[in-house]
Amino acid sequence: MSGQNLVERLSQRFGEKITGSNLEAIDPWIEVSAAGIAEVCEYLRDDADLQLNLLNCISGVDYFIADPKKAAKAGWEPHTEVVYHLSSTFNKHTLVLKVILPRWKGDVEGKLPEVQSVAGVWSTANWHEREVFDLSGVRFTGHPNLRRILCPEDWVGYPLRKDYEMPLEYHGIRGR
Amino acid sequence: MATQVDDARIIEFDVRTDEMLVNMGPQHPSTHGVLRLVLRTDGEIVSEVEPHLGYLHRCAEKIGENLTPRQWIPYTDRMDYLAGMNMNLGWSLCVEKLIDHQLSEKAKHLRVIIAEMGRIASHLVGMGAYGLDLGTFSPFLYAFREREKILDLFEEACGARLTYSYLTPGGATADLPNGWLQKCEAFLDQFEPIIPEYHALLTTNAIFVKRTAGIGVMSGEMAVDFGCTGPVLRGSGVDYDLRRDGEERYTEMYDGYAFEVISQKDGHYPKDHDYPAVPAEAVLGDCWHRFYVRMLEVVQAIDLVRQAIDRYSTASGDWGVPIKLAHKLPKGEVYLETESPRGQMGFYLVSDGNAIPWRVRARSSCFCNLSVTSDLCRGCLIADVPAIVGSLDVVMGEIDR
Amino acid sequence: MAEFFQQIWDSFFQTSSESPGAIAYLVAAVIHCVLIIHVVAVGALIFIWMERKISGRIQDRLGPTRVGGAFGWLQTLADGIKLIAKEDITPKDADAMLFKAAPYVGFAASYCAYIALPFSDGWVAQHMNTAVFFILAVLGIEVFSPILAGYASGSKWSLFGAMREAAQVVSYEVPLGMCVVVPCMICGTLNLVTIGNMQAGSFTNWLAFNDPFTFIVACVYFTCATASVNRAPFDLAEAESELVAGFHTEYSGLRWSFFFMAEYGSMFLVSGLAAILFFGGWHGPIPIAEPIAGVLSLVVEPLLNFGRYVVGFVVGDLGQVTEGVVATQIANLMGCLNFLVKGTIGVTVMMWVRWTLPRLRIDQVMTTCLKYCVPIAAFGFLGALVWQVNDLPTSNDMPVIGKNRFEVRESWVYQAEKELRTTSGDQKSSPDDQQPPFDPHQATGSTELVPQGAFVMKGGAR
Repeated sequence: MSGQNLVERLSQRFGEKITGSNLEAIDPWIEVSAAGIAEVCEYLRDDADLQLNLLNCISGVDYFIADPKKAAKAGWEPHTEVVYHLSSTFNKHTLVLKVILPRWKGDVEGKLPEVQSVAGVWSTANWHEREVFDLSGVRFTGHPNLRRILCPEDWVGYPLRKDYEMPLEYHGIRGR
Repeated sequence: MATQVDDARIIEFDVRTDEMLVNMGPQHPSTHGVLRLVLRTDGEIVSEVEPHLGYLHRCAEKIGENLTPRQWIPYTDRMDYLAGMNMNLGWSLCVEKLIDHQLSEKAKHLRVIIAEMGRIASHLVGMGAYGLDLGTFSPFLYAFREREKILDLFEEACGARLTYSYLTPGGATADLPNGWLQKCEAFLDQFEPIIPEYHALLTTNAIFVKRTAGIGVMSGEMAVDFGCTGPVLRGSGVDYDLRRDGEERYTEMYDGYAFEVISQKDGHYPKDHDYPAVPAEAVLGDCWHRFYVRMLEVVQAIDLVRQAIDRYSTASGDWGVPIKLAHKLPKGEVYLETESPRGQMGFYLVSDGNAIPWRVRARSSCFCNLSVTSDLCRGCLIADVPAIVGSLDVVMGEIDR
Repeated sequence: MAEFFQQIWDSFFQTSSESPGAIAYLVAAVIHCVLIIHVVAVGALIFIWMERKISGRIQDRLGPTRVGGAFGWLQTLADGIKLIAKEDITPKDADAMLFKAAPYVGFAASYCAYIALPFSDGWVAQHMNTAVFFILAVLGIEVFSPILAGYASGSKWSLFGAMREAAQVVSYEVPLGMCVVVPCMICGTLNLVTIGNMQAGSFTNWLAFNDPFTFIVACVYFTCATASVNRAPFDLAEAESELVAGFHTEYSGLRWSFFFMAEYGSMFLVSGLAAILFFGGWHGPIPIAEPIAGVLSLVVEPLLNFGRYVVGFVVGDLGQVTEGVVATQIANLMGCLNFLVKGTIGVTVMMWVRWTLPRLRIDQVMTTCLKYCVPIAAFGFLGALVWQVNDLPTSNDMPVIGKNRFEVRESWVYQAEKELRTTSGDQKSSPDDQQPPFDPHQATGSTELVPQGAFVMKGGAR
């Protein structure tokens, strides 16, 4: 199934939940809205043609440049992306989904952006979403156990955000 | 003795006197590094296992945002430190995919030799350490004895024994030295007849079979659902190996090789006629099968290295010159997975057009493989926990990154 | 030995006593204790070194090579010194008194059992008619040490180890006891010296080869003995890949090494017991000890007599060495070496097994015991019993084995019967008069008289 066909098919089925696509990229991707990702994923997993039963990876990418001069040249508004890499053990094909989120929910600094959890679709997502939450600061709604996974529970901040600053001190240990 | 548990559910159970919370790790002989498992046990029976990660978190992804891809190679070594070569390969291919760099035939065959030798070394450790988990020490040293010889070969090729940084974007840091291929072949000739020794000590040992057969049974669907890959997935009977099913950029390395995916089909493994038969107690997807898949993959890797040596010595082209240290990356994002010994190691690279990537992400195979522990260990005995975790063959360096 | 010291005492103070006094007994006891503690401690030293060498060779390594020469003889000593120098840590949550006592309990139990273990014909600290029973009973106490250690450590891993140990060792006592009963039944005594002497002659006289059932029982005994001293593949109480180190997780330094000494002590003990009960004790496979001893004594005896003669100039005439004593003692010494070699072979087999096999799981250990060892031991016991009762052919050419077994009595039974006879005055009705009890010394060729009772043998605790 070509990429164009797939995008059309998904758009037909999910309408506004498919918010865009880039088929020219090295790894073509489809953009899904934060509220529809679980539904779309469930369809992708169960559809007889696609059978994308393996969730390879969920990554959080933060787009933000502190320097306003450089930010103006960047060509994008600050945002956070959650990228889903799927593949199928039956058809041996892959797919990339993206959810584009604001860096902070309602642009209130400190309130994490929210996206539906797909932990109910693939159990892999459980830990991957915890990691994205831990390092990139994205809240996955409906996640059964959204806690930090790599950093200590009481760690402050989300290290893979571009505006992250290493704490000066952590439990008496010098940070910088 | 006091266990610090942040999980509210566990504290709730802590007031029950008949159950006990035990910390297995992070300092424990059989947690393969610094994995911490919080076991809720009722006597010898484990009712819940909660893995806690992060004790070896070294911020590799954050560091990757501050280094050029070639500078980041040493950090990939330290992910799966038992298969550094395969980590190098994964990252190199990912970078080459972004910059669309084509390798010569020779470089590809060199990579096959190195990657498969790395696979043998890694599986040897996995096998030996698994014996250790089950309480037998000798196979561990037999495995290390052979691994040392591989490390000697690697040392000769790149100067390092553990953190190689040998394969880099663009090819390798150097060509194989003169006479290396002969030494490698001599090693394979010497190593192959030893494998039945391992089978006698472990695979067919009655106690080993009793400890592993039917323990930690994971169906193929469950394995896929949890994102388990590599021998863990194939041990559950799923016929999926990126060396055959992966991306073009990766599979073309193996083009023309006689190669069969090691997973049980119709009750048989490919090439199992030379090796012990599956015992009657073993259930597809149990610890025994995961172990057996690794053992057969070693045999297959030997075969692949032999083929690669033949091709390498006649192939045209150079061994692949590394890209510049500060090679300017084109704008874009790529994701590429390779079949590392422990599963599918994926790298995700986002570039904004500078020499330094905007974001790098390592998809760890062990991270996903380990996530299945809680489900596999529910209701098993304490002694089964090392057996199950060991059969997943995790390396904490890769999980915590 | 007490008599010997009383003699010295008498000659020194120019007194004469009928029986040894308290001081003589005390001196004898101290000497016995010191000798045995050396067997345990030096034995542990050697066995630990041996284990390292054997495991090294099994694993394609060299093992220790530096300390004390090319073979690393003194490696264990160096380790021991290191252990003594280590800090003695008692965890905060531990029950300090029990925690500190536990290693000693284990060591004491393992050590005490040696009191009844004969090293050669009559070379035993305390000659007991119930030696088998005593050893089993004392070995049973040893289980308290891991239990105490596990309970008192205040660590959950230790507690797991203790619970496993309790379950395992208590279960394995059952088949172990059954197996031990078989040689006792065949020989009709619990006296280890007697059991050992009944296997004199060539190796066909060894009880393991007495009939097919005893061989099975010997194998089961060795399995259960391995389990009851917590050696791999039954070393669940200290399973390092599961329980960190089990019951001794929290121990360090010297206390920890006491557990090890106890472990190696009981390893040798159960192997020695196996040697006595099933494999001929101090009798070699071919009966060459006595002739060799006879020849050697031809040289040694005149030398000793000359020595006595020379010393006699100073302290007064000492007389000659008693005829035959030198030959007997040389034979005993060779028997002792025989016994040590057999015990060491048993220990070596345990090491070999340990470095080869994976560890069993707790339920499998219990299954092995209750589903396999107990029925097999019971079957072996029954089979051996039937064999004996029907007087089926055995490889044993000792007259005492077989039909005559029924004449074998414990000395106290014999004594009681004798007293009964003298009080009743009816001597003719006693069966012993028509058919006097078998005297094993005639079979072993000993000329020494049996002092009293059928089975108080030469040597003994003298």
